Amino acid sequence: MAEIAAEAGVPFAARQRPPAKVVGPAAWARRNLFGSWWSTALTLVLGYLILRFAWGFFDWAVVHAIWTVPYDAQGHANSAPCRAQMGVGACWAVIADKYRFILFGFYPYDEQWRPLVCIALFLALYAISANRRFWRRELGLVWIVTLLLILLLMHGSETLGLTVVTDDRWGGLPLTLLLATFGLALAFPLAVAVALGRRSRTLPAVRLLCVVYVELIRGVPLISLLFMSSVMFPLFMPQGVNFDNLLRAQVAIILFAAAYLAEVVRGGLQALPKGQYEAADALGLSYGRKTRLIVLPQALRIVIPPLVNTFIGFFKDTSLVLIIGIYDLLQSGRAAVDDPVWQGFGNEVYVLLALIYFCFCFAMSKYSRGLERDFSRSRRR
Amino acid sequence: MMRSMLCGAWLLAGVVAAAAPAHAQGSGSPTLDAVRQRGQLACGVTTGVAGFSLPDSKGVEQGIDADGCRAIAAAIFGDANKVKYVPLNTENRFTALQSGEIDVLIRETTWTLGRESSLGALFGPITFYDGTGFLVKASAGVKSAKELDGATICVQPGTSTELAIADYFHRSNMKFTPIEIQNLQEILGAFFSGRCDAYSTDSSALAGIRYQQGDKAKDYVLLPDIISKEPLAPMVRKGDDKWFDLVRWTTYAQLTAEEDGVTGKNIDSFANSENPDIRKLLGLEGDLGKSMGVDNKWAYNIIKQVGNFGEMFDRAFQPMGVPRGLNKLWNQGGLEYAPPMR
Repeated sequence: MAEIAAEAGVPFAARQRPPAKVVGPAAWARRNLFGSWWSTALTLVLGYLILRFAWGFFDWAVVHAIWTVPYDAQGHANSAPCRAQMGVGACWAVIADKYRFILFGFYPYDEQWRPLVCIALFLALYAISANRRFWRRELGLVWIVTLLLILLLMHGSETLGLTVVTDDRWGGLPLTLLLATFGLALAFPLAVAVALGRRSRTLPAVRLLCVVYVELIRGVPLISLLFMSSVMFPLFMPQGVNFDNLLRAQVAIILFAAAYLAEVVRGGLQALPKGQYEAADALGLSYGRKTRLIVLPQALRIVIPPLVNTFIGFFKDTSLVLIIGIYDLLQSGRAAVDDPVWQGFGNEVYVLLALIYFCFCFAMSKYSRGLERDFSRSRRR
Repeated sequence: MMRSMLCGAWLLAGVVAAAAPAHAQGSGSPTLDAVRQRGQLACGVTTGVAGFSLPDSKGVEQGIDADGCRAIAAAIFGDANKVKYVPLNTENRFTALQSGEIDVLIRETTWTLGRESSLGALFGPITFYDGTGFLVKASAGVKSAKELDGATICVQPGTSTELAIADYFHRSNMKFTPIEIQNLQEILGAFFSGRCDAYSTDSSALAGIRYQQGDKAKDYVLLPDIISKEPLAPMVRKGDDKWFDLVRWTTYAQLTAEEDGVTGKNIDSFANSENPDIRKLLGLEGDLGKSMGVDNKWAYNIIKQVGNFGEMFDRAFQPMGVPRGLNKLWNQGGLEYAPPMR
C-alpha cells in the first residue's frame, strides 16, 4: 500500500521512464541472454544454429525454389527442371500441379466447388461455436442443420440438380474435417452419457457396462479398431450385406473418441464439490433436472481445456484412416507424390500438409488458452 | 435371446439380399446381376502404385489395373466409366473380395497356389508378368546378384519381395542385411543416400524408378537377375463361374484385338471386315456376348473405350520407361496368349 500511495503522490509530469539500462529490449536481452559468460556462449551457439537452419530453409524454400514447370501438349507436367534442382531448392510446382487432388481427393473435378463450400461451412461453424455470445440452445440446432447441409452438398441430390457423388469418392481436407467433426459431435453426447453412467450408484448394471466399454476401448489403439471395422467386421456379416467403409471408420472413430471424452467428463463430475449435489437434492430436483441444471453446466465448464486438448488429438488421429484405404488429407498428399512424375518431392507436399494441420490445431489450442484464462478469472481472488 | 434374434435377423437379411438379385433378371451369374442392379462395377485397386492404379492430378485412376476395371465395366454396361474404385491395401484386399464388398480385385496381386486354394478365390489371365529384381548404383560395379554377398538391401516389410530375397540368399549361401522401410518415399531416400547397397522390389517398379531419374538414370543399374516369379492377375470369388468367364474373356478379348491389329482408333474401319475372327470379336457374327450374359457388342465396347491390351499396357507403362518384356504377345516373343474367340 505504501508504494502505491507514494507513487500516487508524485506529480504526473515528474514521472520518468527508468533508464534504458533497466527496461527495453536491450536491457531484456542483457538480463536474459547475456547475463553471464555461460549464458552468452549458449546464446551465441544457439543463435548461430537457429539462424543457420532458418537460412537453410529459406534458401531451399524461397531462393532456389522452382515455382512452375513446363507442361507438354497432353497436359502432363515435366518435372525435369525440378529434378535438376533436387536437394538444392524446393519444387513448389508439385503443389501447383496436385493441389486440387490433395485438397479434394477423388471428388469429380468439375464438382469440386461443393467440397470447397463444405470447408467454408465447417470453418463458419467453428467460428460461430467459438464465440461465447452464441452459446445458447439454438446453437445445437445450427450444428444439426449445418452438418446435414454439408452431407447433402457432398452427396448431392438429383432433385436439387446436384450430381450424386457417393462417399467412396470423397477425400482430402473435407473428409478430414468430416471425420473429425462428426466424430466429436456424435461422440460427445455418448461420452456424457457414459460418464454419468459410470458414476451411477443406483444402476450397477449400467455402471458395469460403462466401465467395460471405456476400459475395452481404451485398452486398444485406434489403429486396431479401424482394422477391426475394415477387415474383420465385413467377415461377420452375411455376404451381400455391406456397410460402406467410410461409415465403418466413422463409427470406429466415434466409439474411440467417446471412451476418451467420457473419462475427461468424468473428471469434471468428480471435481464438482459434493455440496452441489446435496444442495440440488435438498431442493427436491429429479435426477434429470439435477444433472441438466446443476451438475453438467459446472462440470463441463471445468473440463473445457482438457476437452479441447482431446479434440486436437483426435483431429490429427483421423489421419490414421489412411491405413484402411480412405483418402483423407494425408493420404491424398501421399498419393500425389506416388505419381512417377513427382516421386521424390514428398517434402514439399508434407510441408503443405503440416501447415494445414498446424493452422487448425494452433487455432484450437490458442482458443483453449483464451477460454482457460476467462474461466479462471471467476475463481481468481 | 436378443443375440439369437439379432443373428436371425441378419441371416434373414442375408438370405433376402442374396436371393433378391437372382430373381431380378437371371443371367445365371449372381455377381453380374448384382453389378447390373447397382449400376456400377465395384473394383478393388491399389491405394496408389504407379502404372497399376494411381490417381492423376484430376483424381482419375490411371494405370493397367484401373483400365482392367474399365474394360469389364465396358463389357457389361457399354460404358467404361461405370466403375466404383475401392482402394485397398495388402491387409484388407482379400477380405473385401470375400465379403462381397468388391466384385473383382485387380490390384497388383500375385497368383499363387496358396491364395487360390485357401482364400476361396480364382485368378483370371495374367495381365503382368513381373519378378523380383535389384537396383544398384553403377559406381558399385556390381554386375550380377551373385555379387551381392554381404550387401545391405532396402526392402518393404510384409511383401513377397522380402520372402523372395531371403529364399534366394539362403539358396545361394550368401548373407545380406535387410533394411525394412514401409514408405516408398523413405525407401527411395535411403537408397539414393547410400544407406543400402541395393533396393529390391518388383523389377517393373525398379525400371520405372530408374527411368524417372532422367539424366541420372545411368548412375543406376538394374541387375539382370530376376529371382522370383510374380504373375499378377485379376481375382474373383469362387462359385460364380459365369462371372469368372466374363472377367477372363475381357482380358482375352483385348489380347485377341492386339493380335489382330484392332485398336481403339481403327476399330470402326473393321466394320466391313470379311475376316470371320474379327467379325466374331466385334459381335457382327455369332452370339458370343449373349452366351456370357452381356451384349454381343461387348468386345467392341471394350476396345473402343479402353483399347487393346498393347494400348492399355503402353498407356500405363511407357511413360515410366518399363519395358514390355515377357508381357509381349506370344508371337512376338512374350507370354501373353489368348485362346481363340469363336
